[in-house]
Amino acid sequence: MGKIIKIKTPVTTETIRELKAGDNVLISGVIYTGRDAAHKRLVDLIEAKEELPVDFDGQFIYYVGPTPVKPGDASGAAGPTTSYRMDPYTVPLLEEGIKGMIGKGLRSNEVIEAMKKNGAVYFGAVGGAAALIAKSIKKVEVVAYADLGAEAIHRFYVEDFPVIVIIDSEGNNLYEIEPPKYRAI
Amino acid sequence: MREVKAEQIKETIKDLFLKANFEIGSDVLEMLKERKEKEKSEIGQAVLSQIIENDIIASNEKIAMCQDTGYAVVFVELGQEVAIVDGDFNEAINQGVREAYDEGYLRKSVVEEPLFERKNTKDNTPAIVHLDIVPGDKIKIAVTPKGFGSENMSALKMLKPADGIQGVHDFVVETVEKAGPNPCPPIVVGVGIGGTVEKAALIAKKCLLRAVDVHNSDERYARLERAMLEDINKLGIGPAGLGGITTALSVNIEFAPTHIAGLPVVVNICCHAARHAEAII
Repeated sequence: MGKIIKIKTPVTTETIRELKAGDNVLISGVIYTGRDAAHKRLVDLIEAKEELPVDFDGQFIYYVGPTPVKPGDASGAAGPTTSYRMDPYTVPLLEEGIKGMIGKGLRSNEVIEAMKKNGAVYFGAVGGAAALIAKSIKKVEVVAYADLGAEAIHRFYVEDFPVIVIIDSEGNNLYEIEPPKYRAI
Repeated sequence: MREVKAEQIKETIKDLFLKANFEIGSDVLEMLKERKEKEKSEIGQAVLSQIIENDIIASNEKIAMCQDTGYAVVFVELGQEVAIVDGDFNEAINQGVREAYDEGYLRKSVVEEPLFERKNTKDNTPAIVHLDIVPGDKIKIAVTPKGFGSENMSALKMLKPADGIQGVHDFVVETVEKAGPNPCPPIVVGVGIGGTVEKAALIAKKCLLRAVDVHNSDERYARLERAMLEDINKLGIGPAGLGGITTALSVNIEFAPTHIAGLPVVVNICCHAARHAEAII
């Protein structure tokens, strides 16, 4: 298994360049959520050259639509959704300065190339570990697109949020490195 | 005729969706533990530990095990000697879903129209209801909140009869291989063979309700389930797609009579949160 590295957001390109595929990372600070509908709106704004509702420079975006927060809890269940659906919107967001995406599953070559160019990483959180992941989310706020419900952009305040580097800023991809070691067919 | 109040159906639906979203079946939990012991990948073992821990937290704290609390799919076997009184049957089901998703703090994931507006219905209705009329005076209800990370990786193929057993086997294994890490492995693979396009899809979905440690009662199909599972677990995909020998927990096949010219196959994939619950009224 890779090293365990603690990082705090926002991050610099230098921090990102040090992360390698397979590293276990514990994220603290703020992360923003966004999935299908919010991504579409963000990219529409970028194309219209309008201001975004959030300053994404040096930030991470987490592909998640959390469950509503139960009274007394800090967060609802909040595991990753499948990332490829955000591929068509990701390149312009990387150009806006997003330094990391958190999700699960495969990414397109265009996204990986833009990550290399801009110095960004793709983190994996364990899909379906939503109740466990919620333990590291200390506070949740909606910051944009409240009308989208679970798909709104939320700001999560996290402590030691557990992820693994799937694709690093050089394009090394854990999905291509690990499974072949166990392939027997 | 035995009379059953619509209210009782509503309450049953509500209880079942809450239970299914909070509590993973003991069959799945035991299988996850067993596979964790056998898993060769260290990362894979760590992922399985997280999943097991997650499922225990969800059950103890009554919170959703996965934030995708699914599309509400309901299978009803309605005894023909039952009369439903004091309300509308379909509305009772939708109201049960509405109350479960509201009171259980479950996510509302349904859009009312798929292409233009995609506007959220905000109460996770309408449910998809599959109704069978059967002999007797009972109502059997089974629910499955179906997550779409895995639903999206499902596939249909109209094979030729000449493609035979090997053709079916290869299509199922290829579908899982293509899905890779996306459907949250270790997965449960539902396979519907035969019927028509919609019948194959329906039985593929229905066999996701079967426990992961139970095989088809027809020994020929049970053998095929084992053979497919063995090959799937040789793909190397592993837990969360990060490598390993645990890509699927189970392959569940159902079959149906089909046309002389056809061999329809549907692969309906379910993530490790293989949620279902049932009750008899």
